[in-house]
This record gives sequence, structure tokens and C-alpha cells, in this order.
Amino acid sequence: MSTQEKKDNISQEKENVEIPKKRKSKRIGIFVCHCGINIAGTVDVEKVAKTLSEHEGIIHAEDYVYMCSDPGQKKITDAIKEHNLDSVVVACCSPSLHESTFRNASKSAGLNPYQCEIANIREQCSWVHKDKDKATKKAIKIAKSIVEKVKRNESLEPISISVTKRALVIGGGISGIQAALDIANAGHEVILVERNPSIGGHMIQLSETFPTLDCSQCIMTPKMVEVSKHPNIKLMTYSEIQEISGYVGNFKAKILKKPRYVDPDKCTMCDECSKVCPVLVPNEFDENMTGRRAIYIPFPQAIPATYTLDINSCPGLMPIACGKCADVCEPNAIDFDMKPEIIEEEVGVIVAATGYDLYGLEKLGEYGAGKYPNVINGLQFERLLSASGPTKGQILRPSDHKVPKEVVFIQCAGSRDPELHNAYCSKICCMYTAKHAMLYKHHVPDGQAYIFYIDIRSGGKNYEEFVQRAIEQDDVLYLRGKVSKIFEENGTVKVWGVDTLTGKDIEIDADLVVLAVAMRPSKGADEIAKKLKIAQDKDGFLAEAHPKLRPVESITSGMFLAGAAQAPKDIPEAVAQASGAASKALAILSSDRLYHDPIVAKVDEETCSGCKICIPLCPYGARIYDEEKKIVVVNEVLCEGCGCCIAGCPSGAAQQRNFTDDQIYSMIDIIL
Amino acid sequence: MEHFEPKIVCFACNWCTSAGADLAGTSRMEYQPNGIMIRVMCSSRIDPQHILWAFKKGADGVFIGGCHPDDCHYIDGNYNTLRRIKLLKKLLTDFGIEPERLRLEWVSAAEGKKFVMVMDDFIEQIRNMGPLRLSQEASA
Ligand code: FES
Repeated sequence: MSTQEKKDNISQEKENVEIPKKRKSKRIGIFVCHCGINIAGTVDVEKVAKTLSEHEGIIHAEDYVYMCSDPGQKKITDAIKEHNLDSVVVACCSPSLHESTFRNASKSAGLNPYQCEIANIREQCSWVHKDKDKATKKAIKIAKSIVEKVKRNESLEPISISVTKRALVIGGGISGIQAALDIANAGHEVILVERNPSIGGHMIQLSETFPTLDCSQCIMTPKMVEVSKHPNIKLMTYSEIQEISGYVGNFKAKILKKPRYVDPDKCTMCDECSKVCPVLVPNEFDENMTGRRAIYIPFPQAIPATYTLDINSCPGLMPIACGKCADVCEPNAIDFDMKPEIIEEEVGVIVAATGYDLYGLEKLGEYGAGKYPNVINGLQFERLLSASGPTKGQILRPSDHKVPKEVVFIQCAGSRDPELHNAYCSKICCMYTAKHAMLYKHHVPDGQAYIFYIDIRSGGKNYEEFVQRAIEQDDVLYLRGKVSKIFEENGTVKVWGVDTLTGKDIEIDADLVVLAVAMRPSKGADEIAKKLKIAQDKDGFLAEAHPKLRPVESITSGMFLAGAAQAPKDIPEAVAQASGAASKALAILSSDRLYHDPIVAKVDEETCSGCKICIPLCPYGARIYDEEKKIVVVNEVLCEGCGCCIAGCPSGAAQQRNFTDDQIYSMIDIIL
Repeated sequence: MEHFEPKIVCFACNWCTSAGADLAGTSRMEYQPNGIMIRVMCSSRIDPQHILWAFKKGADGVFIGGCHPDDCHYIDGNYNTLRRIKLLKKLLTDFGIEPERLRLEWVSAAEGKKFVMVMDDFIEQIRNMGPLRLSQEASA
């Protein structure tokens, strides 16, 4: 396009806009507030009212000392009735303060609230200027521009959406369980989806929990049982989210139910099947320190209480391939013909509680992780401590099952290391390392526990006291410094480091090294985030809508976050956030309809050419191509009203309600 | 030379820049009164056509304020604004308008001070540049 053509085009467009559309002229009232002397001190309010009274379309103009007071509001409602006004402009403070006040007042006098607009002559005029003459002129321009806007305002009704009173909770760890129970106890149906064969998450793997040392399984299993027995909870384990569509109040979820080849209703957990299974694979529940069969139960208290056949390690479903398990299964619970199923559910809200996984040991080569069997991670140590673990609660090191007498714990392995690993602090490691060292001493009183740390972060109720107890009562030796080298020699793990407080070099012949490995968003978090269209932060954790004021909501309305999916956190914090997410979700589920600001995008069907430029501009997927009409239409429920698509529309077919091009042009005109 | 008071049209998004301007007021800061604000929900609502229109109708400068990158209330509207303004600045020369007469700034709701500074700076800059004189052809 040549420059001349461009110019022609632009003036052409404007020509279209300039032709005033025939509209019945509105009866507008303007109310100028003194705000005591806050406005009247720098702006000649009488003059503003007087000048505006001569402006085209103004039927009534007055000023008053406090427009927001009851008598002030009465002046507005009286004038609306008396002069039969159909629009109102209040020239006062910022719309963020009193827009709703004056819209409600207008509504009470029978006006559509969207026919009331605010001219901000305090924050953006009287408070920032001193010269009364100039400030008054500016206030007049501001007021006139809003009058021009309101002249072209449509009456709008909030967009109303029905609510499906059911919730979907994704993730069956402590956060998901807590959120599901809270919502279910409030009387709403919950679908709890867990991709593993059992709920329980990482918490069920733990031995004892800080700072009270209560047994994790003892406090977790009752909650798991409650979930399985709850009349309002539909539990779907061994299932994954395949697709989420829809919007707040009306989501549709497609859930893939993987075949477990065992009928939970028939399985009596007699364990005969796993006894004959010839396959041995690493046991995930024991953090790969033991093995399990292809047909297995992850742990004895698993919910649902049933065996699962892991098809990826089974030699084959055909009875010719193996089929030994089915032969010995007396209740005939094994069914090789089970197929994956897609279950569709409709829900009003979604809570994402997808949890965490540990940073891979293989990435921590500098600590000999993945290379030396006696260098393990925190969850593996939990399993060693656990009475239900591979060693029945005895602390035995992996290489030779000897009781380790010198144990080195290393904090911040993979955390707080922006160059090589993760920049963030994983938050819980200081506390669980103190717990590990303490519990180790309880098991092996004549052993020595060393902790390498950068600094100790023990913020939390009774946390600092707990760390002190480890140091004072259990003689745990805290060494401030980083480990420089770890290598194996004569069956021991040599740990070299520096104590930065004394400046001394340290060499420890350790029997066992436990790394407090960084927490990462759980495997599959990326995929889930994409399916839910929830943003992720730079580290991959699910992003909250506002870091301070909306910590349990996602940016997508109706979707909430709970637990370590959002950031590393300990059990009490995860539970608190889960309950927070549940109560936010309940606020939606307890209303029959939701209302949405109607200043949304609209499309002039005649003008739209169906060029689709607007579709990728919309961050909410609210613009959809209508194959039949060959134009783009707007899903008003999804539209949040930013107006980005409007500015991108080359034909002017797209407009934003009450922020139309016509309105903006006429505001510019009156300002200049 | 007769006294020149620049006429400036300011567009600001509701969530950041307009709130930042409100904060400047609440903190009783002071700046020159030449700019009149048109509040839109997001800076991405502003069409380059609006800006050209303002210049055609006699604005000496046009100011656009939005949320900082990654802070837009509507996820990434401000990136669209950035692209559009960059492109428009290239075209402005063709219309005989110095690109400096158009300024885009990120002003957050907490940056009352920044709002005041950029406002004064911009007004002063336009004052020094003098009035915009469009050729007959360009203003047609
Ligand atoms: S809301 Fe401020 S730039 Fe989008």
C-alpha cells in the first residue's frame, strides 16, 4: 500500500465514523461534587456545572457539597425522576471509589446502571493541580468527555450464567483430598480424579511429620477412607484429565479411565495374584528401593482397596502370554478385556491440586546422586524411617543393609541455585531435614547426624523450637557451608566441605548421604496447565491470579489452585490453601446464577467479513468462527471485556459495549 | 511567538495506569494539566486509528499508559499494544508527524510518582517541539 493509499484509507475510515448515527437525543443530568474543599478548593465547581448546563444534551446540572452522601444521592434520584433523565454523569472522585454507589442510586430511580458514568475530577484533576483556572478548564473537559461517552452508552444487563453445582478436583494428595472433603461436606457433589491407582499422594509415603512427629499414615488414612465413603464424592483413581472445555459454572471434563484389569468390587486383596506374577519392577511407593509385581497394590491401605494390573510391565494380556494371576484369582476379579473408558462430567468449578515431584536425583551428579547407592533423597529416607517401609522402620543403608553410623544430610540440593538448578527455595527442606536427623538419632542413638546448610528457614508455628530441639536434645551437628566434593572410597561416601563459620575444612566418611532435593511441579503439570488453560510461573508451578490478594484462584474464573501445585509448601499450608480454594469454589456453587460485567465485545454481523484476525488476539478463546454464518461471533460469557480484538478488527465490525469507537472518537473530539 | 500550551490526549488502562494516576492524586502530587485522560479497560483497546484521529483533530501529543509487561489484567493485552504502537510510530513519519509525539509507558497502580514524572516529561517535550502542524493533505 502506498502512503497515499494509507492516508486515503484512514480518512475513509474516519469518514464513516464522522457521520453521526441518528439517535434520539438523550436527556442527561450532570452532578458536580465539591467533595468538601477537596474538589471545590481547586476547581470552580459552580462554573463546571454552569458550563456543562449549556452543553448539548444536558437537561439538568447541579453541584453539591458531598454527592456521595445520602442527601447528595437523593438529589440524583430526585432529578432523574423529575426531569425524566435517561443518563447521569457524576463529576467527582475516581470511579474506583463511587461508581457503584452512583450506579446503584441511578438504578433505584429506575435508570439502567450502565447509563451512569463518573467523571474523575478529583484524583485526576483537583488533587494534582494548583492553578484554579487551569484545573477548572480541565475539569470541564473531563466532564464533557464523559457526557459524550454517556450519550452513546447502551443500557446493559449483567450477563447471567447458570451454575452446575458440582466440582472437579484434580489430584488425590492431601490438598485434593482436603478440597474435595470440604466441598462435599458443604453438600455438593465432587469428582476427585487421581492418576495413580490410589489416593494419598506423597503424604502417605511419609513416616512422621514435623513439628509434632505424628505419624503421617495415621492422620492421612482416615481422610482417605472418608473420601471413599463420602456419599458426595465420586472417586476416579487411575484416571487422567483428557480435555476441559467450557467456562465458569459450566465446565465439561473428559476423563480417561485407564483399565486396571481388576474389578475393585470383586478383589478381596488376598494377594494370591502377586505371589504368582513373574515380573518384578521398581516399586514407586518405596521410591524404587524395593520391587513390586506387575499386578500389585501400591500400599496396604490403598484407596480404593484393590489390586491393579500395570499393563506396561505385564508380559501381555493374552492368557497364552502369562495369565498366571487370573488362574489363581478365586473371586474372578481379573478381567483382561477391560478397555480404557472416556467419562464425561459436567462441573461448575475446578480445583487443581496436582502436587509436586522431587527434582530428579540424576540431575544432581555433583553429589554423586544416581551414581552411589548410598546417596539418597529425602523421600527415600522417609521410606527407610517408615514402619511400613522396605526395612520395616529400621534404618539400613541401601548398599549392604548395614546400620549407618555417620549420616550426612545436605540441604538445598537443587534449590537456591540459579546457575545449575532451581533458583527458588523449596521451603520445606530445612524442616524435614531437622526431622530426619532427629528421627535418625531416635533410631540410632550412637550414630552421628551432620547437616550441611546455607541458612535455616524455620518460619512457622513451633518450627524454630523444633530445630533447636534437634540441635540441643538430639545432638545434630549443623555445619554452615556447601559441600564441595562427594566420592566413594572403601565403601564409604567421602563428603568434603567447608564450615564457613569456622573456616575449617571438613571431611566426613559417611555411611549414608541424604539430599534434601528440590520440589518441582509434578510430572504432567505442564500438560494439565495447558488443558486447563492455567498460566504457569517461570518454574512451572501453576500461577495464582494475584500473588497477594488472590492466592488460591487461577486467572481463569472458576478454576482454583491448592497445595504444592502452586508453589512448594508444607502440609499445614497445603491444607489451608485447599480449604481456601474449596471455600472460593463453594461461593460459586452456592449461587444459582453468576453475573458477568456486560461491557463485552460484540460483532456487527453485516460488516464482519470473517477474516478471523480477532480470534488469536483473544486471550480467553471467546471469539469463535461461525461456519454457518461465515463470521466471527463472541461468547459473551468468556469475554472479559479488554477490547483487544476491537482494536485489531480491520473493518470496525467488532465493537466493545459502552467503549465503542464512536464513543472514543467523540471523546477525543470534545477534549481537543 | 505566541504562548503555546500543548494539547495532549492520554489513554490509560483501567487497572494500572489509571489507578496509578489516581494514586498520584491521593498522594497529592502535582503535574501539568495539559493531558486529558480517556480511560479504557485495557491499553489494547486503543486502536492506532484513535491515535491518528487525535492528531488529526489537533492533539500535539498522544500518551498511552498500560500495565507493565506480564502484568496486564487481561494476560497479554499490553504486548499487542506494544506491537501496534511500534508499528504506528514507523508510519507516523509518513503522515508528517514526529514519532516522539506518541509515547507509550508502563505505569503500574503503585507508580503514582512515575505517572507524574512521565506526564511532566512528555508535556515538556511536546512544549519544546512546538505545535503539531499537519499538512493539508495529511489532515484531509
Ligand atoms: S489492563 Fe493494563 S494494559 Fe491491559
